[in-house]
Amino acid sequence: MNKLILILSLILPLGALANEGMELDHAPINGANQASLQRGAKTFINYCLNCHSAAYMRYNRLHDIGLTDEEIKANLIFTGAKVGDTMTVAMNKKDAKSWFGATPPDLSVISRARGADWLYTYLRGFYRDETRPTGWNNVAFDKVGMPHVLWQLQGEQHLKITEEVDAHGNKTESHALVLVKPGKLSPGEYDLMVADLVNYLVYMGEPARAQRMQLGLIVLLFLSLFFVVARALKKEFWKDIH
Amino acid sequence: MQKYLTCALTWVDARFPLTSNWKAHLSEYYAPKNFNFWYYFGSLAMLVLVLQIVTGVLLTMHYKPDAALAFASVEYIMRDVPWGWLVRYMHSTGASMFFVVVYLHMFRGLLYGSYRNPRELIWLFGVAIFLCLMGEAFFGYLLPWGQMSFWGAQVIINLFTSIPFIGPDVSLWLRGDFMVSDATLNRFFAFHVIALPLVLLGLVAAHIIALHEVGSNNPDGIEIKKNKDPVTHIPLDGIPFHPYYTVKDIMGVAMFLIVFSAVLFFAPEMGGYFLEANNFIPADALKTPPHIAPVWYFTPYYSILRAVPPLFSSQFPGVVAMGLSVVAFAFLPWIDRSPVKSIRYRGVQYKSWLAVFVVSFLILGYLGTVPTTVWGTFDKALPLVGGVDRANVFARIFTLLYFLFFALMPWYSKIDKTKPVPERVTG
Amino acid sequence: MANQDVDQSKRRFLIAATTAVGGVATAAVAVPFVLSMLPSERAKAAGAPVEVDIGKVEAGSMIVVEWRSKPVWIINRTQAMLDQLTKIDDKLTDPKLDVPQQPDYARNATRSIKPGLMVLVGICTHLGCSPTSKLQSGEEGMGSDWPGGFFCPCHGSRFDLAGRVFKGSPAPINLQVPPYKYLSDSRLLIGVGQDGKEA
Repeated sequence: MNKLILILSLILPLGALANEGMELDHAPINGANQASLQRGAKTFINYCLNCHSAAYMRYNRLHDIGLTDEEIKANLIFTGAKVGDTMTVAMNKKDAKSWFGATPPDLSVISRARGADWLYTYLRGFYRDETRPTGWNNVAFDKVGMPHVLWQLQGEQHLKITEEVDAHGNKTESHALVLVKPGKLSPGEYDLMVADLVNYLVYMGEPARAQRMQLGLIVLLFLSLFFVVARALKKEFWKDIH
Repeated sequence: MQKYLTCALTWVDARFPLTSNWKAHLSEYYAPKNFNFWYYFGSLAMLVLVLQIVTGVLLTMHYKPDAALAFASVEYIMRDVPWGWLVRYMHSTGASMFFVVVYLHMFRGLLYGSYRNPRELIWLFGVAIFLCLMGEAFFGYLLPWGQMSFWGAQVIINLFTSIPFIGPDVSLWLRGDFMVSDATLNRFFAFHVIALPLVLLGLVAAHIIALHEVGSNNPDGIEIKKNKDPVTHIPLDGIPFHPYYTVKDIMGVAMFLIVFSAVLFFAPEMGGYFLEANNFIPADALKTPPHIAPVWYFTPYYSILRAVPPLFSSQFPGVVAMGLSVVAFAFLPWIDRSPVKSIRYRGVQYKSWLAVFVVSFLILGYLGTVPTTVWGTFDKALPLVGGVDRANVFARIFTLLYFLFFALMPWYSKIDKTKPVPERVTG
Repeated sequence: MANQDVDQSKRRFLIAATTAVGGVATAAVAVPFVLSMLPSERAKAAGAPVEVDIGKVEAGSMIVVEWRSKPVWIINRTQAMLDQLTKIDDKLTDPKLDVPQQPDYARNATRSIKPGLMVLVGICTHLGCSPTSKLQSGEEGMGSDWPGGFFCPCHGSRFDLAGRVFKGSPAPINLQVPPYKYLSDSRLLIGVGQDGKEA
């Protein structure tokens, strides 16, 4: 019984600690969808890579998601970098700090630090807030330093706060984002674009992930065979004892 | 062919005790025939140790112990080094699995009284190995140079600050700087990859030599050497380690590797327990993450640290309690006064106390992973605990129980109603 | 122990089977360990083909560029220098270029694609030092019959202006010609040959 408790205690998952109190939207992503990953890569390079680096990610690693060197050179490299280079940015860190109040973090492993759902909520959670220096705030990241880079696509959202008083006199606040000025994309299209981007960010967080899972299956199958053989050997020898 | 091999063996044996060692430690080392599930974890610990050393050496080839480069070099290993991700995950999964295996190995000792006479020294070497392992884990955890690495090291080193009089100087000396920094990282690297592994290997050798000197305990807690064949002087309940336990351990290894690989390939982060999300953010000396907790294998002790209230506005009592909670294991051989060793023949008292201890350990372990506010606060109207964090009160209760398991052992183990121990091992 | 009814052949089979499967497992885990010591993606990116502007290399002089952390010499040979090459065959170890120290397209009298421009890996084939350039014929200290070439300071190996080794040198073979191709008249790519092959 003790054994059971001990084993159980080892496998119970830890809740998402970083986002206590905030309900996150589930990111509808699929790492096996190469078309989505490629669209995400394009969005990432067009919109994010101007300020954020991905300094551990090499352009030619995008072979993983079905792109060739020629495609990468033609469609994704705008900086004169070579395909073997990592995704760095030219922006000076000190300038960035004075513009945004913080250096834009490197995004190579951001998905592993924040989680896909947080990114999905965050990228869709910008709203107008004139009290902020950039004019933008975010539901997932209060007082965020980053302006809403995708606003032309998403349009402008406002945060609507409604206060409700229940029968016991307890006040509950509910928050809702309302689109007040539509962007170039419909809300559905925008969500899809963000999902692709998040899908790409998750891939970039651990490019070896797909290979890891594939190899894992083979390893487990082989080890099961090893176990069967080793168990037969053990049984055969232990006939002497029992 | 056979002739040449024999010839070579004779040549070696004349110069090195190969055959005699083989016999002493394997083919003619007689182990009790009734080892059960709990007896796999010694050899598994050896396996994990070897795995950690091999993967560690490979990681050292690519890792840079430099505050400016460390974080990037880990990602370099994960992406640019051929199969680097596999080696790194083996090492990070191995670290956690090492503690899983060692905790189960230690629990076996508690179940069957493996620390009792004549195995006190084996046990003491074991406690030293455990301490050494904790050091390895702590030093190694700084190396990825993420936020958790940095702030974990910062907090643990600051524990030393609470030592009266010399504390601040001790922590300054440990860090080699006024804050955890490049100097700290560099020396932790030295401790992790060379100093402690050397000590660890020596202790493991001593642990096994001592074990093979007195012989293994077993689930019945009977000395098999008391019943020897009058002619051959081989223990009647003993079987040669090789081939019987080698084939059995190989089966155990296969089972373990399946679990190990399942984690490594499908959940290397283990839901944030083995690799924490915050450790994917590079160390930042200006910003502490909102919630920091040690890695799961340290959380019971961390809970004890948090549970003990400051005395004379010093954290020192908590630090002492935390230290004691680990060192307490070393006293077991002398505070256990039961006439029997194995839980099979112990009475309800020891069984209950052991259950209390295990539950305390697990709950403290859980509480160490979460903020003290996790269970809310007690109602303000309640006496004594009104308005206090519930988790904090429970942590104190379980800390107390944890220590009572050790402190009261000389009494409850003695007065406990035991069952008669059989002459020979059972099944 | 009931040794009498032991099926020895079954036992031998199971030992062999376990050893085999276990051996495969061990080998399988050793492979990634060994491979992890090969050049990483970073090293490969750094060792990628290098583009060189050769427009400014004056006749009779050379430049050194870095490719895969190795010095690569680009020598703009004059007609006089080229004339020297044909006269010294009897002094060379491998004048006919039998040892494949150059791509096929550079296996010719001048060891180059265009006769004037020589591309060489500047690493002595003896023990890996980088030879010093002694481009002019009869250069000081090299003897009056020196046709121009390279001299290795480590053990005194001598090479001509096509990187061919002189007899009597400790170096056993000619200097290596890396794969290269012309991108234009004034631009060279080192690391990929005009036959598309990489080094």
